[in-house]
Amino acid sequence: MPVRIQTKDFDAGVEIAALRRDNPKTGAVASFIGVCRDGNGGDANDGTVVTKMTLEHYPGMTEKALEKIVAEAKTRWDVMEVLVVHRVGELKPADQIVLVVVTGAHRGEAFAACEFIMDYLKTRAPFWKKEETPQGARWVEARASDDEAAQRWEPPKSSAA
Amino acid sequence: MKVKVLYLASLREQLGKPGEDLEIAPAVSTVAGLRTLLMARGGAWQTALAQGKALRVAVNQEMAQPTTSVKPGDEVAFFPPVTGG
Repeated sequence: MPVRIQTKDFDAGVEIAALRRDNPKTGAVASFIGVCRDGNGGDANDGTVVTKMTLEHYPGMTEKALEKIVAEAKTRWDVMEVLVVHRVGELKPADQIVLVVVTGAHRGEAFAACEFIMDYLKTRAPFWKKEETPQGARWVEARASDDEAAQRWEPPKSSAA
Repeated sequence: MKVKVLYLASLREQLGKPGEDLEIAPAVSTVAGLRTLLMARGGAWQTALAQGKALRVAVNQEMAQPTTSVKPGDEVAFFPPVTGG
């Protein structure tokens, strides 16, 4: 399965090795790791310190949504293997949240597909973050900048892109 | 007709429940219709589901629009804009 939702941490090195499987056709491996920060949730950079975060999702839809994003990436770019691992449950600052790995023959396609997957994940996959702060708990607000990042991939890239 | 309705994340907290099985009139045939029906309960329902509130809806675990039809046995989920990654 190219998509996994789990509470436990992941080891990017292990995941990348498993995805590559020493395929001699692979010339590029692009990866992204999203990490839990200690503040600055939502659009307001208000200096509040985040001590803990809880990630909630919509079981069933989450997997479908991510698989759809991966399938879309594979139709748009010439890539080989894709892996998305997203954690849920309680996380602390500096904990890893999400891993995206894309393998392909060349770096351009792998980089683009990896970035596309993250941009779409941020705006289309049903995950929600709730932050614990000394002032109390709060749900993270969606960012307009994430919508803008996702919008730049629409409409599908032309062959000239 | 019977539908399963889910409220996720902050919406679940505002409405005080994770979801419910609802018996609705067949005339309530769209996402917008169901939203209006729920808002008519007043109080937190009216506030949390108000038009203009950033709200997302999925029907059978696919992102939906206000005009998306709701059929017997469907699972309709209401939730705020997503914040994963």
